[in-house]
Amino acid sequence: MKKYRILIAKPGLDGHDRGAKVVAHALRDAGFEVIYTGLRQTPEQIVKTAIQEDVDLIGLSILSGAHLQLSKKVIELMKKEGIGNIPVFVGGIIPPDDVPKLLEIGVVRVFGPGTPLSKIVQEVREVLEGVASTSGS
Amino acid sequence: MYDKEQLKKIAEVFEHWQQQTENDMKKFPERKQRFLSSSGYEFKRCYTPLDVSELDYLKDLGMPGEYPYTRGVQRTMYRGRLWTMRQYAGFGTAEETNKRFKYLLQQGQTGLSVAFDLPTQIGYDSDHPLAEGEVGRVGVAVDSLRDIEILFDGIPLKDVSTSMTINSTAVILLSMYAVTAQKQGAKIEELRGTIQNDILKEYIARGTYIFPPEPSMKIVTDIFEFCAQHMPKWNTISISGYHIREAGASAVQELAFTFGDAIAYVEAAIKAGLDPNVFGRQLSFFFAAHNNFLEEIAKFRAARRIWAKIMKERFNVTNQDAMRLRFHTQTGGSTLTAQQPLNNIVRVAIQALAAVLGGTQSLHTNSFDEALGLPTEQSVQVALRTQQIIAYESGVADIVDPLAGSFAVEALTNEIEEKVWEYLEKIDALGGMVRAIELGYVQKEIHKSAYEQQLAIEKGEQIVVGVNAFQTKEEKPVENILKVDPALEEKQKESLKQLREQRDNRAVASALKELKQAAQEGKNIVPYVFEAVKCYATLGEISDVLREVYGEYTESTSI
Amino acid sequence: MDHKQIAKLITLIENEPDRSRDILKKLPKRICPVIGFTGSPGVGKSTLIDQVIARLRSIGKTVAVVAVDPSSPFSQGAFLGDRVRMKKHFLDEGVFIRSMASRGALGGLNESIYDVVELLESVGFDYVLIETVGVGQAEIEVRYVADIVVLVLSPGFGDEMQLLKAGVMEIADIYVVNKSDLEGNDSLYDQLVGFLTFAGRDVSSVVKTTALNGNGVEELVDKVITLWKSLAETERLKQMRKERLKHHTETLARRTLQRYLSTVDSQDPYESVELALKSMCERLKYGQGGGT
Repeated sequence: MKKYRILIAKPGLDGHDRGAKVVAHALRDAGFEVIYTGLRQTPEQIVKTAIQEDVDLIGLSILSGAHLQLSKKVIELMKKEGIGNIPVFVGGIIPPDDVPKLLEIGVVRVFGPGTPLSKIVQEVREVLEGVASTSGS
Repeated sequence: MYDKEQLKKIAEVFEHWQQQTENDMKKFPERKQRFLSSSGYEFKRCYTPLDVSELDYLKDLGMPGEYPYTRGVQRTMYRGRLWTMRQYAGFGTAEETNKRFKYLLQQGQTGLSVAFDLPTQIGYDSDHPLAEGEVGRVGVAVDSLRDIEILFDGIPLKDVSTSMTINSTAVILLSMYAVTAQKQGAKIEELRGTIQNDILKEYIARGTYIFPPEPSMKIVTDIFEFCAQHMPKWNTISISGYHIREAGASAVQELAFTFGDAIAYVEAAIKAGLDPNVFGRQLSFFFAAHNNFLEEIAKFRAARRIWAKIMKERFNVTNQDAMRLRFHTQTGGSTLTAQQPLNNIVRVAIQALAAVLGGTQSLHTNSFDEALGLPTEQSVQVALRTQQIIAYESGVADIVDPLAGSFAVEALTNEIEEKVWEYLEKIDALGGMVRAIELGYVQKEIHKSAYEQQLAIEKGEQIVVGVNAFQTKEEKPVENILKVDPALEEKQKESLKQLREQRDNRAVASALKELKQAAQEGKNIVPYVFEAVKCYATLGEISDVLREVYGEYTESTSI
Repeated sequence: MDHKQIAKLITLIENEPDRSRDILKKLPKRICPVIGFTGSPGVGKSTLIDQVIARLRSIGKTVAVVAVDPSSPFSQGAFLGDRVRMKKHFLDEGVFIRSMASRGALGGLNESIYDVVELLESVGFDYVLIETVGVGQAEIEVRYVADIVVLVLSPGFGDEMQLLKAGVMEIADIYVVNKSDLEGNDSLYDQLVGFLTFAGRDVSSVVKTTALNGNGVEELVDKVITLWKSLAETERLKQMRKERLKHHTETLARRTLQRYLSTVDSQDPYESVELALKSMCERLKYGQGGGT
């Protein structure tokens, strides 16, 4: 039976993990297996973890303003390592006009402050099931 | 305060009143089944003398400025001097932040508060690979003494009080500040200010730690010792509940875990041979002001009483100055919303008022664009004006501790105090705060509270105006959000490169070598950091030396 | 095989256990030391494993780590946070770390653990480490999967009480008293030595460590290496692997039977089993393959 595995990562130096942990908790309560990387992850470490854990989705939590740079690096590295097909979500403090820029980089969903957990869980499910149906697994 | 006969009569009337009210409620129910505080206990419908019948004015409240300081740590409080209006500020390079400091001082703020970027807080120079994309984003980038000199250019340090939000690298920033002051012609004994220097909460809720707990505590006590001798007007630490609260803790947990940390610091310092009557006077605190107005006011009053008792009864302190809880407050950033941001001005005003009625010594008010970015000049102006309006127009600063005696406020103060003692007992049973943190007990409690709060919001049990109620379909985007120019990172790296070329690298190497040796030998490292800072050793270089000696900390997480 | 391929195979084994057999059949049979680490949350297991990995790497060994955490009995989801403490090894090609949720398995580990461990042995790692939470007497599965079980204890956990919970105590081969720089550590160490002496066990199997700075880790790793060598040289290792095979087989059998049980509808448990077995035999008889 397929169990979806989701990576929740904190790239960069930002040390606030309240949101990441609350989202991880909600995803766990929704039946997902959540792998949490902890703080201060480099894009290289995140991608390595995603590979070893064979995850189905990656969630980046960034509150320090470095979201464009960090998301770009992670996605580029993912493509280089052949896992560019894994959907990437970004959550945190994202100014509204950076959202289209993130989507352009390849981020699939962006969640700003105040996004309900139920919405995040719903979107995670939609995206994962969408991926599953297209890849025929 | 009431005699037995009176209380009996009141009780009878109250019983009758409750019954009648509950009767009425069959037709006209209350808005909720239970009205809960942030800490989970219930608010009563109505507080009466019955709720404070045991209250002993002299023992439990006392006069302002007198033990147990429930009513305030000074006799005249804001009638004598208003709280310090101290807006946390910093971004980009030292030049940008220097401009913002001058703007704020010009706008009437009365104390400086420095925000540093993450590489600076975590001991990385701006050209470190891990610093990429982070330089100057959440605060000012500081790589060396030169940046601090620029930061305070045109600001005489002997005339201002500066708070620096810096923890793992506090010893470095303190040295840079003091050396800069000396270069300006000031004596370091005269300097007034604070370094946050609260490493325990970093492990709990903030994440800018570098070294493991044991050596980190040693650096903290080294600073206590140094400042007791050389910088008596300086607050050596700002033991913080703010971040703990922001991480999701309740008001009770905010106090309990802060005091747990405080007890650990005092014990460590005593173990290192320091006298709590001496270093105790230079301890300060930092709390949040959240939404529940009455609970927050009660919280601040309970905090003062609890700390006074801890110092007097647990640590046998006799110096009154070491029992006085002096604190800075910041309005709760996590309560502010990205939706309908102007609402945040109202939230901040209410929270600031709670802090003032709670007797804070210093206050930062958040800007309305808090959930979107760092404050712009316009938004920080409104935040500052909020404080000024409270101070000059509302009248609350003209009476000391005006809410004392309110049945509700005194009952809540008692309730909070009781629950905090319960937590402190638990922490003692676990073996103290450091142990409790290692066990993940503190973090789990906070996460539990954070998750419950989020669920309450999603269920609609907790209303956040504009977010889960009274939403607007089409939000007008906020025009002007502060963006940190990414080009500043390159500029900073270039300056750093030049610095490394221009300075006396032999002197730097020698100073770093001495520092390493002192650290290895367990000596007080502060004077050695001073020397390294003077020769323009960089923050990263100094931190790396300490990393070699002390190692690095890795966290563990569970939910 | 690179990390991506290994990871994908593990996913396949976990999600499509019927295919494990074919996957493993194609790989060379190989054994290496399989070391289980167990102990209450907070004793410093992950920090210790992090140091053990570092030590093994420093002597040129490659390491695979499987960190198992319980699945929520309510949602079947899981929070897998053990790899957080092993960060410094993420980019080391000689280290492979995989988190697994127990997925409701009875012994506290994931049912696929046997096949996953076999896979990791086959692809050539020098050591396979398993991390599991061993708080109760149910979580002793690690005894059957691992060649050596290391029980990590730490002062202040009511370990003094734990010592009396015989189940967990007895399955361990090496006892680590972690955080030896804390006061109270000697008392735990002394109690442990006393307990082992009383039980007729070898007291040299106790190691004191301070995982945070690595003290005692070299000694621990040496003990593991020595113990494994002696198991391999005597017939002990063969016996243990037989035990492991037996438990693996029982796990597979249970899973197969459970599948047939789920198709049976009876109020009587004895009848249910009979019906399920009957159904299974019929399938086998008519060549429809029982499958596991």
